[in-house]
Amino acid sequence: MDVVNQLQRQFIDYSASLHREGFLDDQFTQLQKLQDDNSPDFVVEVASLFFEDCEKLINNMARALEQQQGVDFKQVDASVHQLKGSSSSIGAMRVKDVCIAFRSFCEAQNREGCLRCLQQVTHEYSLLKNKLQTLFRLQQQILAAGGSIPVVE
Amino acid sequence: MGLKLQQSQHQHHSVAVKVNEQMGTKRGYTFIQANRAWLPKFLLLWVMVMAFLSTWIYKKMDADNKVRRKEVLSSMCDERARMLQDQFSVSVNHVHALAILISTFHYYKNPSAIDQETFAEYTARTAFERPLLSGEDRENILRAGASGKAVLTRPFRLLGSHHLGVVLTFPVYKSKLPLRPTVAERIGATAGYLGGAFDVESLVENLLGQLAGNQAILVNVYDVTNSSDHLIMYGHQNQDGDLALLHESKLDFGDPFRKHTMICRYHQKAPTSWTALTTAFLFFVICLLVGYILYGAAIHIVKVEDDFHEMQELKVRAEAADVAKSQFLATVSHEIRTPMNGILGMLALLLDTDLSSTQRDYAQTAQVCGKALITLINEVLDRAKIEAGKLEMETVPFDLRSILDDVLSLFSEKSRNKGVELAVFVSDKVPEMVMGDPGRFRQIITNLVGNSVKFTERGHIFVKVHLAENSKPMAEAKAETFLNGGSDEGVLVSSAHQFKTLSGYEAADERNSWDSFKYLVADEESRYNASINMPLAGETSQNVTLMVSVEDTGIGIPLIAQDRVFMPFMQADSSTSRNYGGTGIGLSITKCLVELMGGHISFVSRPQVGSTFSFTAAFGRCKKASFSDTKKSNTEDLPSSFQGLKAIVVDGKPVRAAVTRYHLKRLGMLVEVGSSVKMAASACGKNGSSCGTKNQPDIILVEKDSWLSGEDGGLSLGMLDRKQNGHVFKLPKMILLATNITNAELEKAKAAGFSDTTIMKPVRASMVAACLQQVLGIGKKRQAGKDMLNGSLVLRSLLYRKKILVVDDNMVNRRVAAGALKKFGAAVECADSGKAALKLLQIPHYFDACFMDIQMPEMDGFEATRRIRKMESQANEQINGGSIDEESARKGKWHVPILAMTADVIHATYDECLKCGMDGYVSKPFEEENLYQAVAKFFKAKPMSEL
Repeated sequence: MDVVNQLQRQFIDYSASLHREGFLDDQFTQLQKLQDDNSPDFVVEVASLFFEDCEKLINNMARALEQQQGVDFKQVDASVHQLKGSSSSIGAMRVKDVCIAFRSFCEAQNREGCLRCLQQVTHEYSLLKNKLQTLFRLQQQILAAGGSIPVVE
Repeated sequence: MGLKLQQSQHQHHSVAVKVNEQMGTKRGYTFIQANRAWLPKFLLLWVMVMAFLSTWIYKKMDADNKVRRKEVLSSMCDERARMLQDQFSVSVNHVHALAILISTFHYYKNPSAIDQETFAEYTARTAFERPLLSGEDRENILRAGASGKAVLTRPFRLLGSHHLGVVLTFPVYKSKLPLRPTVAERIGATAGYLGGAFDVESLVENLLGQLAGNQAILVNVYDVTNSSDHLIMYGHQNQDGDLALLHESKLDFGDPFRKHTMICRYHQKAPTSWTALTTAFLFFVICLLVGYILYGAAIHIVKVEDDFHEMQELKVRAEAADVAKSQFLATVSHEIRTPMNGILGMLALLLDTDLSSTQRDYAQTAQVCGKALITLINEVLDRAKIEAGKLEMETVPFDLRSILDDVLSLFSEKSRNKGVELAVFVSDKVPEMVMGDPGRFRQIITNLVGNSVKFTERGHIFVKVHLAENSKPMAEAKAETFLNGGSDEGVLVSSAHQFKTLSGYEAADERNSWDSFKYLVADEESRYNASINMPLAGETSQNVTLMVSVEDTGIGIPLIAQDRVFMPFMQADSSTSRNYGGTGIGLSITKCLVELMGGHISFVSRPQVGSTFSFTAAFGRCKKASFSDTKKSNTEDLPSSFQGLKAIVVDGKPVRAAVTRYHLKRLGMLVEVGSSVKMAASACGKNGSSCGTKNQPDIILVEKDSWLSGEDGGLSLGMLDRKQNGHVFKLPKMILLATNITNAELEKAKAAGFSDTTIMKPVRASMVAACLQQVLGIGKKRQAGKDMLNGSLVLRSLLYRKKILVVDDNMVNRRVAAGALKKFGAAVECADSGKAALKLLQIPHYFDACFMDIQMPEMDGFEATRRIRKMESQANEQINGGSIDEESARKGKWHVPILAMTADVIHATYDECLKCGMDGYVSKPFEEENLYQAVAKFFKAKPMSEL
């Protein structure tokens, strides 16, 4: 029981820090609330969808921005829009914030800015991925230890 | 002339009519207005006519004068002529008599009776003035002898006096003449002649001197025997006089051979007739003045009418400007909202980043300001919408009580901090569900309560809802208290310094005090009991008019400001906004909203005492069928596990006790009211001993004031405890009701026996329920499940087993939306593009609703919706065409509700959504409330048993 408690506290602290540092927002909490007996892996499922989506989109954007001349900003913008939508759905706040800046560069057709943003997005994304994976690992440990995942308010 | 004038006027009139016909279509010109150009001409014409008239009058009067003058002259002249003639004939008679004397005494007597010498001497002495007019005189003498009458000579200057005179000659006969003598006989008998000289001039002079008016007229006497040569006998030939007027009278001096006339003239010319002149002049002046007055009046009328038309035009323009202003406001507010949302969003994002405390403070301040600005803009937009007549009221069923509870909870924090009691009471006769606009109703209540909270520092705020018809019994009740002698009440009031209101503070409108309130409650009670199984008489009608009053004991409204309370941007004075904030637009919006709801708002306010705002609003009654459905879904949050529980409310203030009772009754509890702890305890004990557990209360709610005021409170509570301990009965739960409570008081309360719980006011049914659940341990299981899903249960009941299509190109979004909807029991299917959605929604399909993303590549949400609607309308036409298959017959008409999912909740997008055929929108990511509002329009809740 002690282990579970410890894990649970760890989980709570960790997710609180994620919120505090702005990686996640309330929307993620909402998602966690949506998870119940009927869909026990809902958050993980959505998160992995998000990661797949992100990687695909980041690759798309990187490819599009590789061209020295005639970058298809429209396409980049569409991808950023997608990414922004996904990230706000999952509550990945920092990714979303970068996306907002990204879009303004797209609109200005500023390749340099876009590239810089792309870098940022990639960075934020990988950070988030790591953090979430840690979080999910904690979850699994809790479940494995026979505890229930505490609800973070 | 008058006739002519009339005719000319008539012509003008016809012209005017024509002009009127031409212009009358545009403006209502009057006769005068139409003839304005003619006015100076009319005036000129009038003056000319009047000048003519006055000249005519003058002439007429002058002519009259002249006639009179002539008459006077002729009468005077005739009189003179007659007198002269008489005088002359008298003289002639003398001479005649002398002739006869000579004949008689000298010739007829022989010897002569006259002494010859004497006679010769006499004749010698009288033989003066016999001019030797040889031929004529001889002729005269012969003529006199032949005619036997006096014969006159022509006038000549007498020798002595050099006056004009005539000589009269008479024949003297030597023998008596026969009776009718012939000329020859006369000549034969003639013996001699007797002559007399007449000084005509002195004769006439004497005569005239005797008469009045002698100076006025000039008299001439002529001998006109020879008609070509008039010989003057009297007067100067060339004397001045009025030559224009003369009168001629015939004179007969007895000589048929000679003819004389008298001609009279006025000495002076006819004097100017001042009377006539003055009269005419006055007439002219008066007419001139009259004309000028009429002209002035006409000019004035024209001017006034011109002004009037100008005013009218200005009025139209002002009204247009007003409308334009409203539209401008609406547009501008709308346009400001869009960027403001951006600003607020960005601020929210900024606040989520790593900020130093100063930065965070700045950003938070900016956010608060931004929110305040948005609120203000919304208010302005509301007002502009109302003015532009664009605000439409919804008509949906809603639960009035729960809205009031919501508002109450909104302000509970604030009122609690201020120590102000906030309470709601809804009469039992108010139907549970009414048809109306819940949002606007909430806005009104929020405005009024917000105002009250803002301006109240002590006492209470009391919202009361009852049927408008109930105000009558209340008024009667009021009258009754007066009749029953309000004196004892007054004594009570003055001695205790307590008013029978909710909190004991004086309120502006005494209608809410217990005196009248109890009648309402009592009346309700009896009616309620009597009509449990039969509908109330009023319930059959379509509409129900509610009377809502919001009473506070705040600072009140200064008397001078009371009449502009409902004017926009008007506050009591400038210091109000300084001290309390706000724009002062809220009340004017409230008034408009109330009027749109078919009611009216009024208020009673006394400075430093408080204000009571009351308004009426008409709502529709719910039809029974929909009633039961919606009722379930909305009132679900009030648990039914307290049905039949008994409670005693201990409160010294009857109004407050009634409020508490109202909330407990909503939970289905049986409530009794005791005014003191002692009473409650005794009631308890009595019941406990006599009837056992049957009538024993389960809960005792004690108001803090009553508990503290009774010194023996703690004691009696202890007593109560012991008593109950003695028996085996379950203890009633003791609950303290308090607006605010200090820790010390709390400790004391706990020590005194209120170990169970303390309910913080304002009392709300749902909150009481939660507390009671905690205390009584009822429905805990359920509560655990509800903790998270309290509101979502309703949503679940709406969405349960509904087949819903989610269209979004973003995989993650899709999954999240699907997950959220599944959570509420919906069966979700997904489509990743507008085209895929179209395919899935080919008719017939089984979807109950569709959530559609707006921004999608290839085909966006708007376009997809348009196509779906097109498809549906085609299918519907086919149904109407006659080919009715089972599916369509089942559905009746194809119309799948489509809700837009969008991240930006700007109003413009919403309009766009509606335009392309969508039914509503939900913001992404889903929020329960938002989702519920959108979904509730389409789905009827399924009974909870199915869950």
